[in-house]
Amino acid sequence: MNNALALAGVVIMELYRRKDFYVLFIMTALMTMVLGSVKFFHDDRIVRYLKDACLLLIWVSSLVIAVTTAARQIPAERESRTIFPLLAKPVSRAELIAGKFLGCWLACGLALLVFYLFFGVITASREHVWPLGAYLEAMWLHWICLGIVTALVLFGSVVFTAPSSNSTISFIIVGGIMFCGGHLNGVALHLRGVSGTILHVIYYCIPHLEWYDVRDLVIHDWGRIPWLAVAGATLYGLLYSAFLLGATWLVFRRKTLTV
Amino acid sequence: MSHVVEINDLRVEFPGREWRERPKVAVEGLTLQVRSGEVFGFLGPNGAGKTTTMNVLLGFVMATSGSASIFGVDVRQPIARQRIGYLPEMTYYYKFLSTEELLRFYARIFRIPSRDRERRIDGVLKLVDLEAARRRLIKTYSKGMQQRVGLAQALINDPDLLILDEPTSGLDPLGRMKVREIIERLKEQGKTVFFSSHELGEVETVCDRVAILHEGRLRVEGRVDELVKQYQCDLEHVFLRVVGYQPRS
Repeated sequence: MNNALALAGVVIMELYRRKDFYVLFIMTALMTMVLGSVKFFHDDRIVRYLKDACLLLIWVSSLVIAVTTAARQIPAERESRTIFPLLAKPVSRAELIAGKFLGCWLACGLALLVFYLFFGVITASREHVWPLGAYLEAMWLHWICLGIVTALVLFGSVVFTAPSSNSTISFIIVGGIMFCGGHLNGVALHLRGVSGTILHVIYYCIPHLEWYDVRDLVIHDWGRIPWLAVAGATLYGLLYSAFLLGATWLVFRRKTLTV
Repeated sequence: MSHVVEINDLRVEFPGREWRERPKVAVEGLTLQVRSGEVFGFLGPNGAGKTTTMNVLLGFVMATSGSASIFGVDVRQPIARQRIGYLPEMTYYYKFLSTEELLRFYARIFRIPSRDRERRIDGVLKLVDLEAARRRLIKTYSKGMQQRVGLAQALINDPDLLILDEPTSGLDPLGRMKVREIIERLKEQGKTVFFSSHELGEVETVCDRVAILHEGRLRVEGRVDELVKQYQCDLEHVFLRVVGYQPRS
């Protein structure tokens, strides 16, 4: 665990010394403030649109951070050869994967904290209420979702050599699951034969990232989610991440690394 | 005398790049022992299998058959690397870190207690003359300075075995002298050094024993002075004869 934490520290340091996070945060803030200056129907209290836009920007930015950060970890280590002095130390490949995952996930968590704080300030300035519990729940589920995404992209990074191809494929998969994942079961019911079965299998195999998107609850102030549902979603996310990390280790553990 | 590195009947083959291409044998039937406290030169022409053997010792490449151990521990176990320092031929480190941060990271990996960590970092930075630039990001360093960062990280855990892959390649004469001084100092301290090099004059000066590899197989192994006596020529000519080079008369 010591090695994984040390590695995670380096990943976090890298993210905050690069400019990606700052650029995305400034873009999100600027776009939200521009939208915030627009008065819909000349009514100051209508902030749903503002919340919707701000949360959408936060989701897009966080997914960009998670995918691009995780995609470059192992391929960049191999390309820049920093992996050799590292693995020449008493570090196992399992610890390397765990450290990279932990670093990316914690870095995403810190970025989310800043984003949601900004969201809270913006909405509180217009609504004059701060439903802290609902925001924390939304952020927690969002973070668990990013854990699955990070694990998925890390798996891709040991399969695909180039970080760019891994990022592209990961964006397509994550986007596909977010937009269509929940509808696959419904579509499968309308199909007969093999295609319906295949769609059912896909539905039950893919990680359902769309479950973690609770933007509507926050936007419309529909109240808190039952804690049991949050706990279930957390467990599901952690198990899925662990499964993907296990698969990453299986592929990477005996991979030849030549200097 | 105990063996620090022990390689038994090692075979390493890499799968062919093309479909149906036969696997390429990089190392074949290599058996070798490095004794405690000696400076061991690992020689051979390019493609002889030196780096592959080092990669097996460091766990980067899995052996197809045979075994290798360091301090009696199978090289596949990460703990086998607890007492070693490794300097790759080309040194690349996290460029977004300063040398001090990099060394602190590696010291943490070696589980050096925090009370000793800073003292150790100060010591190695002094040894490689990087004290003044310790807080600068590595990306701002010259090539020579980056090579010295490599040496510093290889020495951070006060290793009992130092594995150096062509440590003087690309260094200026001053840098080479520094590396040689460090190897000699380690030898005086009773440490074991296992290194590959093409600088045969240097090898002859600092090594106790050498092994010459050619086409993946061990051709010659022995004490430098004995080989020179046996072949009646200097180490460079011993090397050329072993690899089958016929000089034009």
